[in-house]
Amino acid sequence: MEQIVVNGLYLGAQYALIALGLTLIFALMNVLNFAHGQMYVLGGFVSYVVYGKFGLPFPLALLASALTLLFVGAAVERFLFRRVLKKSVREESTMLLAAGLAFFFDGIILLLFGQKQRGVPKIVDGIWNWEAGEVIIANDRIAVGVCAILLIVSFIAFMQYTKPGRAMRALAQDKTAAQLMGVNIDRYGMLGFALGAMLAGVVGGLLVAITGVSSGIGGPISIKAFLMVMIGGAGVVPGAIAGGFILGMLESVGLATLRTYGDITYLVIFASLMVFLSIRPHGLMGKPWG
Amino acid sequence: MPVKKTFAALAAALALALPGGSALAANDTLKIGFVGVTSGPKAAWGISNVRCMQTRAKWVNDEGGVKIGGKTYDIEIITWDTQDSPTRAKEGMEKMVQEGIRYVVGPNTDPTAAAVRPVAEQDGVMYFPYAFPKELYSKPAGNAVLGMIANYQSGPAIYKHLKENSGVKSIAFLAANESDALSQRKGGVAAAKALGLKVLAEDAYQSDTRDFVPVVTPVVKLKPDLLVLSGVAGGTAPLVIRALRELGYKGLISTETAQDAAQLKQGAGDLANGFISVGGASTPEIRSAKMEEFIKRYTADHGQYDDESNTKVYALEYILETLKANPKALDDVKVFQAAMDDFSAPNPYLKGNEKLQYVGNSSFGQKRQLGVPMVVTEYRDGEFETLFVTKAD
Repeated sequence: MEQIVVNGLYLGAQYALIALGLTLIFALMNVLNFAHGQMYVLGGFVSYVVYGKFGLPFPLALLASALTLLFVGAAVERFLFRRVLKKSVREESTMLLAAGLAFFFDGIILLLFGQKQRGVPKIVDGIWNWEAGEVIIANDRIAVGVCAILLIVSFIAFMQYTKPGRAMRALAQDKTAAQLMGVNIDRYGMLGFALGAMLAGVVGGLLVAITGVSSGIGGPISIKAFLMVMIGGAGVVPGAIAGGFILGMLESVGLATLRTYGDITYLVIFASLMVFLSIRPHGLMGKPWG
Repeated sequence: MPVKKTFAALAAALALALPGGSALAANDTLKIGFVGVTSGPKAAWGISNVRCMQTRAKWVNDEGGVKIGGKTYDIEIITWDTQDSPTRAKEGMEKMVQEGIRYVVGPNTDPTAAAVRPVAEQDGVMYFPYAFPKELYSKPAGNAVLGMIANYQSGPAIYKHLKENSGVKSIAFLAANESDALSQRKGGVAAAKALGLKVLAEDAYQSDTRDFVPVVTPVVKLKPDLLVLSGVAGGTAPLVIRALRELGYKGLISTETAQDAAQLKQGAGDLANGFISVGGASTPEIRSAKMEEFIKRYTADHGQYDDESNTKVYALEYILETLKANPKALDDVKVFQAAMDDFSAPNPYLKGNEKLQYVGNSSFGQKRQLGVPMVVTEYRDGEFETLFVTKAD
């Protein structure tokens, strides 16, 4: 049982980090970023090239992933989403743009990095064995889990205690009021989108050390991220974190207890989610009014 | 005007002087199709097919083309990416029919192979899938020819070898929740039971799983002597192996699908040592000089050679050799089918007097499988080492 709980917490930490970027973009711009998974993949490949191919230190690879996606996110917001949002009031315009962007990134990633699964050397060797095999976890997974939690804490602190963080929170709560109070919505919209993309890139870069990366996995990652956001409540940062940990735990417990019935864990999760959303459509922490 | 004339004369002289230029212009074109997966997680399977076909076609064309029934043809490979979607696969086969193509290599997976069957049978196309459902190759079906060794042929051979040589008594199966892998798991379980092995688990996982620790935690606790990763994709195998070994699993791990040594090395490193899989149909000990030349050309054209191509090299060779022996089959696949029972030609890729011969009687009740060596390999330090070599039929 201890192993199942540890697995769930570890999965939850990485899932929460994936969901954070998605929910941030949704909160600030009301955009469902279907390309979030592809941004994760791009971050993974940047880390793979810097750490796996060039042999540079892993923290440097993470930084490269973060900066690349920060730039990509800013450019995507500035030249695509901002224009669409100003010209169209229909929500599906940005959804279609995001879907198009996902296909575009899939194509570009395939072209640049090929179709093969890529992996990198372990960032930390060794295994942590507790109570003679009751809990076994590789040290690199512990390192990744700790990094994920540190990043989540840093992000919350940034949003809570810095001027840009406060501006983005104001923007998320009420765009018009924030604008009237002097918040530059273009600047902070771009910053928020870039930060959201950066988070996707960082988690992609981080997890390349564990699960590697390959083109074509962006779609399933986006689906999981949406699942977490639906559980926690769209556009709510604590909701995304809660959603991530809940999904991680559900997955871990489900895989351990339902395995004799076949691969039904996600079937059960989806069915439960449908029931849950029919009772609480705005998720655990979302607000019914948006 | 004199300048124009000089240019025209120079161009004509150049065209005549180019080696093979006149021959290329004179040759007809023989189009051979490929309908398979070249993108997504299973892309490596189809890309290996395409690269083999392109390398061999270029080689044949460089040597002046292939002679069939008194005419010489240049080979052109027409490719279609199914994206592992049955709908796309059907569209691909329809495109091949529209192009007048009678011989198609692929598809690479069970659902896509099943999807092209009605088109192939209705419009008279022979296709060479790398998918295992027996109904594709058993009567009344007649147009599909299995391009590789099937899991229900390699699985029993591997389990028997490990039972006799490594003392394996218990076994567990792990498969992605998709038709190919589940059907391979089913075949594996039946084979294991027939050998008297104790089956401890028949687990499944979502095909898009990235982190396998939660998936394999329960099966590791069962401590099977052998864990079979049924139908595992090349990109997924290192992830599963890594999770298993990191959780302290000490038993043997095997699969019946071909794997990529480079991916295993990159994704699992030393943890993949001892992983048993079905290798490509060639080993350094049995391959001929022509096979060495093929590998050289493939590597020159595509950068990196992979073990799976040792099997994929055969499909085009079988098609061309059967057509050379039966020129009327160019336009009528019934002639091709009628010739398959007695067809025999020297196998250019193996040492000695080995033959290209269709097999499959024992599995399908008719010869609907390419006869290729069954090579079982063990991964060690970035290379596949031959465990044993046998035959399918």
